[in-house]
Amino acid sequence: MEKFIKLTSTVVPLPIENVDTDQIIPARFLKATDKNGFGDNLFADWRYNKDGSPKADFVLNNALYSGSILVAGKNFGSGSSREHAAWAIDGYGFKVIVSSFFADIFQNNALNNGVLPVVVSVEFLAEIFACVNADAKSTLTIDLQNQTITNNVSGNSETFAINAYKKECLLNGLDDIDYLLSKKAQIEAYEAAR
Amino acid sequence: MNNSENNDKRSTTPPSGVWGAGRATTLFDKIWDAHVVSSVENGPTQLYIDRHFCHEVTSPQAFNGLRTRGLKVFRPELTTMTADHNTPTINQDQPVQDPISRNQLDTFAQNANDFNMPLFYPLGHIKNGVVHIIGPENGFTHPGMTIVCGDSHTSTHGAFGAIAFGIGTSEVEMVLATQCVLQSRAKTMRITFNGKLNAGVTAKDLALYMISKLTTGGATGYFVEYAGEAIRNLSMEERMTVCNLSIEMGARGGLIAPDQTTYDYVKGREFAPKGEEWDKKLAYWKTLKSDEGAKFDKELEFNAADIQPMITYGTNPGMGMGITDSIPTLESIDEAGRISYQKSLEYMGLEAGEKLEGKTIDYVFLGSCTNGRIEDFRVFANYVKGKKKADNITAWLVPGSWMVEKQIREEGLYEILTEAGFALRQPGCSACLAMNDDKVPAGKYAVSTSNRNFEGRQGPGARTILAGPLVAAAAAVTGKITDPRN
Repeated sequence: MEKFIKLTSTVVPLPIENVDTDQIIPARFLKATDKNGFGDNLFADWRYNKDGSPKADFVLNNALYSGSILVAGKNFGSGSSREHAAWAIDGYGFKVIVSSFFADIFQNNALNNGVLPVVVSVEFLAEIFACVNADAKSTLTIDLQNQTITNNVSGNSETFAINAYKKECLLNGLDDIDYLLSKKAQIEAYEAAR
Repeated sequence: MNNSENNDKRSTTPPSGVWGAGRATTLFDKIWDAHVVSSVENGPTQLYIDRHFCHEVTSPQAFNGLRTRGLKVFRPELTTMTADHNTPTINQDQPVQDPISRNQLDTFAQNANDFNMPLFYPLGHIKNGVVHIIGPENGFTHPGMTIVCGDSHTSTHGAFGAIAFGIGTSEVEMVLATQCVLQSRAKTMRITFNGKLNAGVTAKDLALYMISKLTTGGATGYFVEYAGEAIRNLSMEERMTVCNLSIEMGARGGLIAPDQTTYDYVKGREFAPKGEEWDKKLAYWKTLKSDEGAKFDKELEFNAADIQPMITYGTNPGMGMGITDSIPTLESIDEAGRISYQKSLEYMGLEAGEKLEGKTIDYVFLGSCTNGRIEDFRVFANYVKGKKKADNITAWLVPGSWMVEKQIREEGLYEILTEAGFALRQPGCSACLAMNDDKVPAGKYAVSTSNRNFEGRQGPGARTILAGPLVAAAAAVTGKITDPRN
């Protein structure tokens, strides 16, 4: 997993609530047996017409907006546990998702792929949307070590929560499986004691 | 990847012993604490998993991960594998037509073979079917277990008094490699349904009612225990329907304390404990309930008598209403949510304030891990008996497993259904997520007993109206949204 320390970027705004993982990556794209290429189909049904041409009114097809931070309405990533949703977001090039609320399984999946979900207040989220609406070149800075997110237009800043273990994983590019593998003896002891 | 000791600040502490020994604890706490291998300081818990269910769509990258790391599956006998999501529901005896789907199914078989997985149920196997249906019916699911699967509807198994939840593919790999996952302890919520359900109201209606009250994110971060007279009165299969839908209000999972209904269901099934082992387990299962005075982080109560047959009108399962109600007006929606609300109704081709009773629909789907069990087919068959399928309806009746299919034939439901003009398809997830050819065409309305009405869930542009098996049966014979109580 790639390390994540600090990032300043322009953002892609998606002010829709309850964006479910079926929208992030529709089920018909889940037939692959590897993790590659999902970024091409991120938000496929919102992004492309039936003939595969881009839908002009969708934000990913609007040249005004770019960057490695996706900012979305509340309850992002609800529904299916498909990790393909995290692979699609990572594959497209997003490193951070900002919302006022995330669904649980998606949040875990994102973290397991080095994509940082940042929970902000409803007010802070509304301010980001307003700033980006006024100027598409508005930027945010996310500092994981200090757990802060800063709106570089208004100068307003918030701290965000992340558990110490996951923070350590992201800062050092470590993943859970190595950690669990190092606990094999404890697992066998647990089994023996049952 | 650097994993050296001095760089790894992710230290552990041993489990803190029985949680709150000597004080009132919840059912969730009791099961959780019995499965803690270790706790990461300021971090998640290393939780031991008793049963892992595995299907073809969310597992190939996990097996690939094991290959890359040169690892074996740690406890192969604790993983049950069935192909269900990306499978056809006709001609299963013939090679799968779609080459990409066929490759995924072949990969699944190859992984089962390469990693010596003893419990592998491919297409056509008598134990094949939807993962959350074959688990309980073969006796893999027991009270007090921890159960995971790369599928959000793993919450279904909570009906037995188990901690069961969906995981991502990275976590599937962790379970295959170590039989453990790292999870943060969820908050606890208890939802009590007082009194009795009215006639014509099913477990699905109870769940859709609850989700409409809590909204699609209303239980995020919680594990929900369902309690109360109306829950106690549910059969095991109805309890599975309720727990199945826990995720649709964002809950990590749902669970119901085991009782005689649970023990009777589990006893005698192939993978259920037998003989002395059964007695030992049963004694333990009888301790699995929330103590009197146990404190939940949140408590909610509903009156079962307030629930009528439910339908959804929008594009998430929280957008539900009684079948005789009108779609909420725009003014009744929070200002921040109005854009999403309008987008949703636009997709559905519906108007705020509109009534849906009497609306012509095009498709009916009976099946899925929510409503694809034998009791659902009994309810549907009982309603359509002596009636005829409406001409405007395309109906897909998809049993959840081959064992359900067999029972449909043995009980004579097959004759009732065929006489009423319905055909039976072969088991699988089918139109619930439309990974196969069972796709509802764009713009068409489907009354569906599945679990999600998301945009495009049943096919690009498909318009899903979620309902229980009884409302689905009534729609199938009238061709319209119909109150089954009339």
